[in-house]
Amino acid sequence: MDDLKLYTYIAVFGSFALYFAIAWWARAGSTSDFYVAGGGVTPMQNGMAIGADWMSAASFISMAGLIAFLGYGGSVFLMGWTGGYVLLAMLLAPYMRKHGKFTVPEFISDRYYSKTARIVAVVCLIIASLTYIIGQMKGVGVAFSRFLEVDYGLGLGIGMLVVWVYAVLGGMKGITYTQIAQYCVLIFAYTVPAIFISLQLTGNPIPQLGLGSTLADGSGTYLLDKLDLVVTDLGFKEYTTDNMGSSLNMFAYTLSLMIGTAGLPHVIMRFFTVPSVKAARSSAGYALVFIALLYTVAPAVGAMARLNLIDTLQPEPGQHLEYEQRPQWFKDWEKTGLLEFEDKNSDGKIQYVADETTNEMVKVDRDIMVLANPAIANLPNWVIALVAAGGLAAALSTAAGLLLAISSSVSHDLMKGVLTPNLSEKNELLAGRIVMTLAILVSGYLGLNPPGFAAGTVALAFGLAASSIFPALMMGIFVKKMSGTAAVSGMIAGIGVTMLYVFQHKGIMFIPGTSFLGPLEENWFLGISPNAFGAVGAIVNFTVAFVVCQFTGPAPKEIQDLVDNFRIPSGAGAAHEH
Amino acid sequence: MDNSQSYWRENLRLIFISLTIWFVVSFGFGILLVEPLNEIRLGGYKLGFWFAQQGSIYTFVGLIFWYSHKMNQLDKKYKVEEES
Repeated sequence: MDDLKLYTYIAVFGSFALYFAIAWWARAGSTSDFYVAGGGVTPMQNGMAIGADWMSAASFISMAGLIAFLGYGGSVFLMGWTGGYVLLAMLLAPYMRKHGKFTVPEFISDRYYSKTARIVAVVCLIIASLTYIIGQMKGVGVAFSRFLEVDYGLGLGIGMLVVWVYAVLGGMKGITYTQIAQYCVLIFAYTVPAIFISLQLTGNPIPQLGLGSTLADGSGTYLLDKLDLVVTDLGFKEYTTDNMGSSLNMFAYTLSLMIGTAGLPHVIMRFFTVPSVKAARSSAGYALVFIALLYTVAPAVGAMARLNLIDTLQPEPGQHLEYEQRPQWFKDWEKTGLLEFEDKNSDGKIQYVADETTNEMVKVDRDIMVLANPAIANLPNWVIALVAAGGLAAALSTAAGLLLAISSSVSHDLMKGVLTPNLSEKNELLAGRIVMTLAILVSGYLGLNPPGFAAGTVALAFGLAASSIFPALMMGIFVKKMSGTAAVSGMIAGIGVTMLYVFQHKGIMFIPGTSFLGPLEENWFLGISPNAFGAVGAIVNFTVAFVVCQFTGPAPKEIQDLVDNFRIPSGAGAAHEH
Repeated sequence: MDNSQSYWRENLRLIFISLTIWFVVSFGFGILLVEPLNEIRLGGYKLGFWFAQQGSIYTFVGLIFWYSHKMNQLDKKYKVEEES
């Protein structure tokens, strides 16, 4: 055990030292460095940075765990969190890069010729980003509390401090280069255990192929067929067909995640850092390649983890593991409270079944699957240590990107753009850093009192981005006549409907007991879960905007000329201020 | 302006083709048609399940590179490439 702790300290603090060194080397000197890394990042580098920015604690820690327990239904995360890049590459990124400003609200304010639009966009952005950060902070807390055996709150504090140092110091420039390093750490940490486990179970080192292979035990059975068999034996739904309630819910959920992905400001911002429109298009492609590396491995990790977990608890069909003989990883996770056993029939054995009255694994937190996976599969300690460093890299890199999105929207859009237009560049930079510090404190507080498990909170952020920011941007580019008032009404209606739906089922600001319809599935509109409601919110947004536009009349001539201008690539300079 | 209008029309056509494929592999094969496709096997994978968890992602990557390649050609054809 001491061995493991030593490796973990080396992996975690070694990677931290690397991030600090990079942040120092690439520290920001100007607002252009701070917001868009001086506009000189190559598509390949940008793709990698987007990958790290994108793949959060939710992707790294929670996603495979969700897939392990949702089976086929978990596909919504796989398709939703990758399909959005197709939308980004074709519908938004090149045009927004051509327009060449620092932030998303700035684009909205130029296109919709209104300060109100800018303020509404800032508010939507802050709500979506803060919701998203909570998930990252929780991920940091979980990783620290398990691997360094420190208190959850202390773990969170260390994480906040690390992000503060390199994000505040480096701005976008520091964050971009740190994220490239973090991508390498996290992808290595994710795939190495997956390769080991795939080899063990199927003899095929490539997890994507292993998942579709036969088991290495000589039985000739396909892995997925075996998994379907063992889960249905325990009373769970069949792994490869369990569809989260209904096809409609899956459809809406996937769509929400896709358009939410394309509407998340911390992702869009990254496309302002490349030197040209051409580079903006190809960065989206590179980003997706780097993301797909993890996302196509995740379903293998999920399925194999589920199979290994069941094999451990039930070595032979009908035979249950004695509680006294439970493995070390079981004891370790029990200590964190994320895994709980209750001997309901007092036979000293662990019955893990779907039926809640007899199931004795009363709590198996989905978030632990990836972190516990190497230990469940008996992998060497250095692999386990690596996973800890990878999880932290994923959470920190995303948190940094989000913090930057928040700080730029406050210091650049609210202060410089609306409240105090005479702010000097030096003071704006200072304001950006102060806002970022405040944002870290707020998100740390929210991480201590999290409203749900990591991927759940994150899914909500997508709903909000999907229902407010994406439609406004898309109409801004593709509907030349869309007027400012119409777009603002659409944004407010979209985010309003989505938040109302979520709050009525999950409580106002997630405070338990304040939900007025309850979380019950019977009350869901058309069976659509709150996390999947962003798609409906987006439709409301589009509809309201088009209706209002009939009354306000088309956007002025100079705005239509502006749209014509950013539809063609020629004439783009570096991202500039005015 | 005529030039940039036909550039935009061709761009919209490319986007339309790409998004149709995007929709068919994910929402079509992965969700709406998953049951009939699951009757077909791809090694140990049921085909619908494979599209939902693997195939759609590979297609997305291909689509973006295809679109960005076609757009670079289009930029040249209409002489609207960036300077430098």
